[in-house]
Amino acid sequence: MTLKELAHSRTGDKGDTINISVIAYDEKDYPIIQKLVTTAQVKKFLGNTVQGEIRRYDVPSLGALNFVMQKALRGGVTCSLRLDKHGKTLSSILLEMPIDSNN
Amino acid sequence: MQKKAVRIGSGAGYSGDRIEPAVDLINKGNLDYIIFECLAERTIALAQLQRSKNPDLGYDPLLEHRMRACLPICIEKKVKLISNMGAANPIAAARRTATLAKELGLKKIKIAAVFGDDVKSMLDYRSQTFLESGDPLSGVADKIISANAYLGVAGILTALKGGADIILTGRVADPALFLATMVHEFGWSLDNYPLLGTGTALGHLMECAGQVCGGYFADGANKIVPDLGNLGFPIAEVTADGSFYITKLKDSGGMVTMGTCKEQLLYEVHDPSEYLTPDVIADFSGITFQVLEKDKVQVSGATGKPLTGKLKVSIGYRDGYSADAQISYGGSSAIQRANMAIDIIRQRLKVRDLKTADILFDLIGVNSLFKEGTSNIHPQEVRLRVAAKTRTREEAEELVNEVETLYTNGPAAGGGVSRSVTEIIAVQSILIDGDKVTPKIAYFES
Repeated sequence: MTLKELAHSRTGDKGDTINISVIAYDEKDYPIIQKLVTTAQVKKFLGNTVQGEIRRYDVPSLGALNFVMQKALRGGVTCSLRLDKHGKTLSSILLEMPIDSNN
Repeated sequence: MQKKAVRIGSGAGYSGDRIEPAVDLINKGNLDYIIFECLAERTIALAQLQRSKNPDLGYDPLLEHRMRACLPICIEKKVKLISNMGAANPIAAARRTATLAKELGLKKIKIAAVFGDDVKSMLDYRSQTFLESGDPLSGVADKIISANAYLGVAGILTALKGGADIILTGRVADPALFLATMVHEFGWSLDNYPLLGTGTALGHLMECAGQVCGGYFADGANKIVPDLGNLGFPIAEVTADGSFYITKLKDSGGMVTMGTCKEQLLYEVHDPSEYLTPDVIADFSGITFQVLEKDKVQVSGATGKPLTGKLKVSIGYRDGYSADAQISYGGSSAIQRANMAIDIIRQRLKVRDLKTADILFDLIGVNSLFKEGTSNIHPQEVRLRVAAKTRTREEAEELVNEVETLYTNGPAAGGGVSRSVTEIIAVQSILIDGDKVTPKIAYFES
């Protein structure tokens, strides 16, 4: 199963930092998402795309996680060489992360 | 008399946004205010460059187009318009708008320019370092184009008290464009942080216009959005206690749901309990949404705490050149030939001793957005993109030319070359003491 089956997501950017929200479609899945979508898993999945620290903020009232990622845009939106300078497409990429709900 | 409820519409989520949804909102939204947020991080630096060439320019290029469409109906429907379309030159924008109002036969329209955000002359090069890179500001001292502080509600409040119908600002924190209307209408105290935090949440949800109405949301069976070609922009209705809901016009496309609101609430947010603005540190971490009826969502639980006393300043500076050249390959060996082309370009850079500060090779359709685990993708066509950062324009031109020479010197059947060289205007931030910055107002009348 991929994260996409349980959650939706949007990327925002500020300088060279992006945030990617992970929002449960159904709030009853939120504890599973909290358990399986760890900072370490996200860091591993995104690999070299994100060079800096990744921090997770939990927002239980929304059934959401918010991942804040430093050095994620190869220098920041105004000077990045990336085709997608804002990292907007990375939310769809993150949702492809495999998760195993039997864990 | 204090209004019972205030209705605020969002007329633009970025500088090039659609105009009809704003016109529809002014016409049919029963609005008190319409807000156009049009100033991205770098836009003001580009506008400053324009102003340095022509002192009458440096405001949003769509200002005139938007005003022609919106001014007459704003006046007819008694809707006040607030926007950061003033960009690097709010005075010129206000003057132009006054002239335009006269041309349109609209008399005695009061237009305020809110400025004072330009702090370039106040920069302290000795002690400041960039928040993003940690590099000293002095390192780019001779390359700085613009320095604009994010102002809070103060300037806009003064203009509203002064009876302005139209308010055009330079750099103002996006949510402040909205928050100012509530502070003005309800007489909220500027140290009532829970209310300011609530108004900031409203502004934050609204500032990207269509994005809270189902724009930027649709994806597959789980995320079906109706009629995106006719996407409506949002309306917020707020009362003096800070209660508010988000809705849209009934005959517009899109939707306002828990999902669209949640995505937009976290958009461009770091710590949800500390959303920093010049007026308040807003706390979104306890917000809940409740669907009142179809496309009408109540927002509760926002709050806030006292501010830091510091203002963020965006510094725009020249940062070399960006080269981007592309070429396409087709057929079952497309990727092989694109990779061959990459090797050739690498060899040419070495042979010609062409220096780049950074270089990136993308296979569009395979790995231009994300490079991990993409080795097993075999599309029937691929577009090679070579992007590089160089110190000089000449180096960038030589690089894109090397890609073009792949036509006759590279692998078989490369086609559709495109090439561009642009100057990089980079933006980073510093913090300055808020008490050093005073908003200023100038009025114009048609």
